[in-house]
Amino acid sequence: MQIGIPLESLPEETRVAATPKSVAQLIKLGYVVAVERGAGAKASYPDDEYTAAGAQIVGRATVWASDIVAKINPPTDAEIAAMSDGATLISLIAAPRSPELLEKLAARKLTVLAMDSVPRISRAQALDVISSMANIGGYRAVIEAAHEFGSFFTGQVTAAGKVPPAKVFVSGAGVAGLAAVGTARALGAIVRATDIRAEVAEQVESMGAEFVAVDSADQQESSDGYAKEASEAYAEAAARMYAAQAKEVDIIITTALIPGKPAPRLITEEMVATMKPGSVIVDMAAGSGGNVAGSVADQVVTTANGVKIIGYTDLPGRLPTQASQLFATNIVNLMKLVTPTKDGVVTLDLNDVVERGMAVVTAGEVTWPPPAVAVSAAPVKAEAAALPAKPEKKPRDPRVTYGAMALTGVLLLLLFWASPSSLLSHFLVLALAVVIGYYVIGNVSHSLHTPLMSETNAISGIIVVGSLVGLTYAESGGGGTNWPIAVLSVLGILLASINVFGGFTVTQRMLKMFKKG
Amino acid sequence: MPVSLQQGSFIIAGLLFILALAGLSKHETSKRGNILGSIGMGAALVVTVLATVFGTEDHGVEIGHAAPSWAIIAIVAAMAVGAVLGIAKALRVEMTGMPELIALFHSFVGLAAVLVGWVAFLEDSESANPGLHAGELFVGVFIGAVTFTGSIIAYLKLSAKMASKPLMLPKHNWINLGAVAAFLAMTVVFVLNHDNRPVGYLLLIIMTALALLLGLHLVASIGGGDMPVVVSMLNSYSGWAAAAAGFTLNNDLLIITGALVGSSGAYLSYIMCQAMNRNFISVIAGGFGSDGAVVGEQKDYGTHREITAAETADLLKNSSSVIITPGYGMAVAQAQGAVADLTAKLRALGVKVRFGIHPVAGRLPGHMNVLLAEAKVPYDIVLEMDEINDDFENTDVVLVIGANDTVNPAAQEDPSSPIAGMPVLEVWHANQVIVFKRSMATGYAGVQNPLFFKENTAMLFGDAKERVEDIIKAL
Repeated sequence: MQIGIPLESLPEETRVAATPKSVAQLIKLGYVVAVERGAGAKASYPDDEYTAAGAQIVGRATVWASDIVAKINPPTDAEIAAMSDGATLISLIAAPRSPELLEKLAARKLTVLAMDSVPRISRAQALDVISSMANIGGYRAVIEAAHEFGSFFTGQVTAAGKVPPAKVFVSGAGVAGLAAVGTARALGAIVRATDIRAEVAEQVESMGAEFVAVDSADQQESSDGYAKEASEAYAEAAARMYAAQAKEVDIIITTALIPGKPAPRLITEEMVATMKPGSVIVDMAAGSGGNVAGSVADQVVTTANGVKIIGYTDLPGRLPTQASQLFATNIVNLMKLVTPTKDGVVTLDLNDVVERGMAVVTAGEVTWPPPAVAVSAAPVKAEAAALPAKPEKKPRDPRVTYGAMALTGVLLLLLFWASPSSLLSHFLVLALAVVIGYYVIGNVSHSLHTPLMSETNAISGIIVVGSLVGLTYAESGGGGTNWPIAVLSVLGILLASINVFGGFTVTQRMLKMFKKG
Repeated sequence: MPVSLQQGSFIIAGLLFILALAGLSKHETSKRGNILGSIGMGAALVVTVLATVFGTEDHGVEIGHAAPSWAIIAIVAAMAVGAVLGIAKALRVEMTGMPELIALFHSFVGLAAVLVGWVAFLEDSESANPGLHAGELFVGVFIGAVTFTGSIIAYLKLSAKMASKPLMLPKHNWINLGAVAAFLAMTVVFVLNHDNRPVGYLLLIIMTALALLLGLHLVASIGGGDMPVVVSMLNSYSGWAAAAAGFTLNNDLLIITGALVGSSGAYLSYIMCQAMNRNFISVIAGGFGSDGAVVGEQKDYGTHREITAAETADLLKNSSSVIITPGYGMAVAQAQGAVADLTAKLRALGVKVRFGIHPVAGRLPGHMNVLLAEAKVPYDIVLEMDEINDDFENTDVVLVIGANDTVNPAAQEDPSSPIAGMPVLEVWHANQVIVFKRSMATGYAGVQNPLFFKENTAMLFGDAKERVEDIIKAL
């Protein structure tokens, strides 16, 4: 089958859905690839590189007549009309917001795989363009902010005086947010981040930023990997936190999006007014309503107090080479999934949750929305999903624990009461040694468990002391020898000595083998 | 010699033993720990031998009288023979044979404990509390005897001198419970009749025989794959046997050491059980993987794909990150040397190679680590399951060498699987998985492994060692 890669028709679009590298991979899957003349020009992929990779450079009509068309943006009406009946379209669709587009596509008996409807499960990450584009967007947001910001990001002590580091606040720790955190950190700024999902605090901290939690009991855990709308009490607490941060920081980057809903308003006009002159805000959600009061899509706005609000919606497109490469790789991964036999024929398996989720139109029928797939970034829940057979363990009532401890204590006390005092000092030694043993062994490195066992073999050879003591009993008074005792004791000494000498030797031999690379 | 000197040396030995085990927490301190342990042992032995030969006194009052004059010769001779046997075995043993050696060593401690108990009984001197003394030695002999035969069976199974299949007598759990109940009843009678020698002899002989049989049956009914738990459990028993001997002889050093070893073994058993997601009782009750006959139901898993050594070499050459997950099969095929060569070769080519070790891989806790160390794989690229499980996603190729159940996705995906819920190495997240295997037979748990049928899995059939060597040749 032929895959067509058209030149994007939106004038401001810089990306392309295939790179020379991805073309080679598609050909390996058995496809013929036709690239429209000049399709990769804006992304720095000239036509001759495509040719070298094995693609045919063709005109517009030929591309659109392909069995499969892979592109970035949703198709225009003219483009839909140019497609052949029963063909497959792969592109961004924005299915929740465009029911009429889906109807038009269905009317042409097309099959449409929406690159932005990939279910958020681990297996599908390789084809998730939302993630790969958000990653680029987050990076570029920091670069744009740095471009507008009048100072260094990193702190320096120079001959001309000390420069404090910039303070960056990132709202929303999704893929874009984390990419922004990482980039800002790499530039040397002090970075803080927040998210409505408390479970991502660890991820934020792993990127080197400080997690700012909202002081509210109403936290979210998501079941599909996306954030949801927050309750009122939470929103109030969050607003207080944002207001406090706005007074302090130099750069704010907002990334909060809720699928299928307008973006939440996080930064109000009052907050912007309290920011220092020269501060920069990047509103990555400007295209869907904006997180920041006063942001305008695709423009930089300067407020009365000198705060710049950047509302670019084409942040990934501002890195066209990188964005095209990631997008193209996502498409290759999708083609690998739907071409299990590598014979250049698309075989759609609607029982596969990934393919089912992406197929928003199947052979002329609108098949959106797909049945829900629940997967979470919350570690606890993921485990529960993996082990449905295991009933949830109820946390034990502390009273039961204390009761059991008290009962054990009383029983032990009764036992000790009945014991002769000579035994008690031995019990004390035993109890303390067990406790020490438990803690010491708990620290033993996993990889040293075999040497641990041979070491304990060796020291349990201490039972030789028992046989030595036994030997003194062989003197049965009056110079006679109790032979059974003597023989058994000597035999015991022999056996235990094997352990003592063998155990230490073999342990040392093993430990010598462990070498650091 | 003064008894306080002997007691003092025991305190020092006890402390040194604790330091020895504490040293094992890190590779860097482990060798020093072992040396401290042997110094402690040496101190305790020298002082005890002197005390045995010369007797002990406290300000002129005799505490322990001297052994017969020939004792020193007997002691030196016995120790010398023991040392020669022990050291010779320790230097010769193959690292793949460590589980057997350790099981064998456990049996010696068990038998020595039985002997100490019997000697204490034969001695028949006046004791301040004869009833208590009788009880202590009776318990000591019981634990020692169970440890002895249990370890012997474990040794035979591990060294393949006996089929590792679990022995399934009807009502085997009731046999065990009955034996323990009979032991408890006998203890009571023994203690009550501590001044009646004939009854004492009779009971001690019957109980020793019973305990020997119990140990035999207990381990015989546990299958080969549960051996890591069994060996750690016997390790624990051998400690408790030493501790019981300490009670019998009023010797705190034996109690301390026994308790350290006992809790060590118990802790290891606990870790092993957790790693298999099974509880201790069910392991000890035995019969895993055999009760449901073959669980390999007639489910269609699809088809598997084969790959050749040359193709594998190609894949490895072109990857940037490789993880190797070895299992018991690597030990059986003696492939660790070849695997280490492959690792060195790939690292020289600039490929990042790491190892992922499942806690129950092999037949002994930490078994794989020792094998890889022997083959000179640096320990800092050998990682635990928890350390490496998240990295499989970013890995190009995973080589599964002789592992099966520990990489089975059914543990997570199929709640009806017998191994459901067991933590496993999530190798299937990698781009490509290559499984070294003799045939398509099921693993120890008798469960089919859906990993083999995943689209990113390829099978490389044959002897693991030969195949790895083929790959090295093709590189």
